[in-house]
Amino acid sequence: MAVFGRQFDFMSKGRFFGIASIIAVVISIGSLAINSLQLGLDFTAGSLVEVGYSQPVAIGDVSAALREAGYEEAQVVAFGSDQDVLIRLPVDDTLSDTEMASQLVNLGDDILAALRSTSDSAITLHRLEFVGPRVGEELAESGGMGLLVALGIVMMYVAVRFQSKFAVAAVVALMHDVIITLGIFSLFKLQFDLTVLAALLAIIGYSINDTIVVFDRIRENFRIMRKGTPYELINLSLNQTLSRTIITAMTTLLVVFAMLFAGGESIKGFAIALALGVVIGTYSSVYTASNLLLKMNVSKEDLMAPVKEGAPDSMP
Amino acid sequence: MLNKFPLWKNLLVLFVILLGALYSAPNLYPDDPAVQISHENEAITEFDMGTVTDALRAEGIEYFGDVVDGRAGLVRFNNLETQLRGKTVIERTLGSGYFTALNLAPTTPGWLQAINAGKMSLGLDLQGGVHFLMEVDMEAALSRRMENNMSNIRQLLRTERIRSRALTLENSNLIQIRFDDEQSRSEARAVIRTNFAELQPINREQGGSYLLELSLGAADILQMQRDTIAANKTTILNRVDSLGVSEPVVQQQGVNRIVVELPGVQDTAQAKRILQRIATLQFHLEAPPGSPPSSYTTYEYQGQLVNVSNEVILQGDRVANVRSALDQQGLPQVVINLDAQGGEQFSRVTRSNIGTLMDIVLSETKTRSTFVPGENGEIVEQQETYEEKRLISHAVIRAALGREFVITGLSTTEANELSLLIRSGALAAPMYFVEERTLGPSLGAENIEQGTRAVYIGFGLVLVFMLWYYRIFGIAANIALAVNVLLLIAVMSIISATLTLPGIFGIVLIVGMAVDANVLIFTRIREELASGLSPQGAISAGFDRALSTIMDANITTLLVGIVLFSIGTGPVKGFAVTLMIGIVTSIFTAIVVTRAVVNLIYGGRNVKTLSIGPYA
Repeated sequence: MAVFGRQFDFMSKGRFFGIASIIAVVISIGSLAINSLQLGLDFTAGSLVEVGYSQPVAIGDVSAALREAGYEEAQVVAFGSDQDVLIRLPVDDTLSDTEMASQLVNLGDDILAALRSTSDSAITLHRLEFVGPRVGEELAESGGMGLLVALGIVMMYVAVRFQSKFAVAAVVALMHDVIITLGIFSLFKLQFDLTVLAALLAIIGYSINDTIVVFDRIRENFRIMRKGTPYELINLSLNQTLSRTIITAMTTLLVVFAMLFAGGESIKGFAIALALGVVIGTYSSVYTASNLLLKMNVSKEDLMAPVKEGAPDSMP
Repeated sequence: MLNKFPLWKNLLVLFVILLGALYSAPNLYPDDPAVQISHENEAITEFDMGTVTDALRAEGIEYFGDVVDGRAGLVRFNNLETQLRGKTVIERTLGSGYFTALNLAPTTPGWLQAINAGKMSLGLDLQGGVHFLMEVDMEAALSRRMENNMSNIRQLLRTERIRSRALTLENSNLIQIRFDDEQSRSEARAVIRTNFAELQPINREQGGSYLLELSLGAADILQMQRDTIAANKTTILNRVDSLGVSEPVVQQQGVNRIVVELPGVQDTAQAKRILQRIATLQFHLEAPPGSPPSSYTTYEYQGQLVNVSNEVILQGDRVANVRSALDQQGLPQVVINLDAQGGEQFSRVTRSNIGTLMDIVLSETKTRSTFVPGENGEIVEQQETYEEKRLISHAVIRAALGREFVITGLSTTEANELSLLIRSGALAAPMYFVEERTLGPSLGAENIEQGTRAVYIGFGLVLVFMLWYYRIFGIAANIALAVNVLLLIAVMSIISATLTLPGIFGIVLIVGMAVDANVLIFTRIREELASGLSPQGAISAGFDRALSTIMDANITTLLVGIVLFSIGTGPVKGFAVTLMIGIVTSIFTAIVVTRAVVNLIYGGRNVKTLSIGPYA
């Protein structure tokens, strides 16, 4: 029944990977505490202006032009090519709502005028975004809330369809995925914006999908196998689902890489988060979730659900 | 165990696929750039269209498909550039009174339109335009209302000869009145109760003086917030019209915010200036017959001409509240409350003018384009702002009117509309921009291009991989995957969901994840083969036994999608929508469509081996 021609003893490495996971989580939390996240405009409030030049332009020249026009705190980065430039402006906290709004009215035109005065090439405004301070705060709040609600709902569903130990294992594995992905974003100072938040939720969706498939097989084996310790049965289940786990991760990574390399600049963060999440999520459903089940002493008695013997897979 | 679908099941699958093809077909017909022409009062005639097409021909601008459709006219152009030039020419030709708006006209054939097949609409991140989030200052609206109440109470106490020491507005929802003795306070409390039922009184003692604190209850505040945001929304809708946008979105979001989306708008500074303005309202009397023409202005009201005296008898900012209601006979009416000063002023004027007509005029600042010759002899477009005044009510004064009066003789819709208009002129609260997203059309086109490229590449890679790994079964899975994308697009078109860039990436992700169900089934089939089942038995068992896993795994993902949908805004919501629809369609295609194809290939005959890949 082995997919790759041999049986892997996944659980024997459980201790090693358990420790590795804990270290990764600790590093991630540490980095989040020290570096925090490189929050994007969606959450921090401020303005973002993307302009296109008809000829290649040096970032330094753009910053200089902006400084001269009074935008001292403008951050300028290249965006995709040497002709596209992204300008970030922080919100001035000392301004009232009205003042902020009136400044915003002409922001795009003002910046274009400042840039045009020092450059010969034609400059067009591609994109202008402004997020007010309260909106950003609320978005961060509702995003955090969304993650928690998603975890809660998943936990409840697994508790009802499987059993509480499975629910705990699944949710801990999901938190593991989310924390490490966030940790990597923090460690490498990658921009965390709204699309990355969406990717995190998609990762929860992907990872729980993976975990459920493994759990499903564990439940089935616990019910139909008369012999075998939980250790052996979990090992067997992991081996039986291994081929599927790898192939699905493969196809998902194929499309994620298509996004990463062909999808353009604005989706990079989203694709990177997904790529990380797919890898970590696959790892966690094999090691973290199953390991935890074993640690919680899951037994056949836990799954003595009122299902008729011989029809272990029938839907309710 | 012959793995044959009954005929009806095969037909059902075919029917679903056909339906999917039919309803996703409109997306293949790109819209024509067009200009929509309308007039502020009258319908557009064939004659108008003739003038327009003559002018376009004279300028050498290519156009086609000019029609009069209902009250408006439409001219189509070959590309965005001629569309813009065409719009300028049309504006210049028709002159004032006419509105032109850039538009995208569908090219869907009639038979598709007949079955209500439409296309997905494109989000602002794909077509360019502006997205604003405006916040209505509810605190300001509330304190204005309470200040009004306070000045009314001050006057009431004076007329009732109740001695109070001080009236203060402690915060936006708290009026505090100090009394020297308890008796004055209880008298005051009684009269305020009868005259201001909405205010909730609380007695407090502080350092020898007796305090009466008044505030609005939660229900009244809620009602006020609802009214205020409705007033602001009306104001915005009125203004968006003058921006010449074909499909603007103006939506309330939460308690105090309004989303405004203006596809295709480029001059955002202009849009912002227009949206931030506040309309004003003035009360006038009708000019008596024979008065000099310089003393009145003529307005049109319900088809008749009315001479309104230029003298203002009351400014809109004296209006404290407006609502439409039913009188004792159940007839619709509009109830207007004024503040104390306004009430006094109003009763003085109306007392001596019983029987005269009272007019309410709403002024809106709007913008229009004019065309002047430029330096080099070419025609230059110039924006100018002008005040548009509109007579919204024309009614006889039947008695001396005080702080509260009603306008009757209206239908229910008229009453609602009038109260909304008065509100928009008198009660709209200040608004601030709290979020703006502007995207140039070129970036939108680039987003579409990169998005579709990612879809093609991702889709292609997955197809090749599945074919290589699963051989014949890979073909079945690939057919299912193609049907999945087809159905996903069809469902999104049917519910006319908005396609955003993250939405496109949702489709890519679904393509990657949707094969999972087939992978689960195929691995099961391999296992069943390995454990000694016949090929036909393995197929049947594989599909059956994978079902519960597929359901469990996808339902949890669907739940996460629902959370994502409920917390997300704009583009993220678009992602959640594609994710959720994709999950549902992928369950159907993986289980039913794959099975149908596998059955067609292997079912109903004696099979020795299955081509399900060499890697088992």
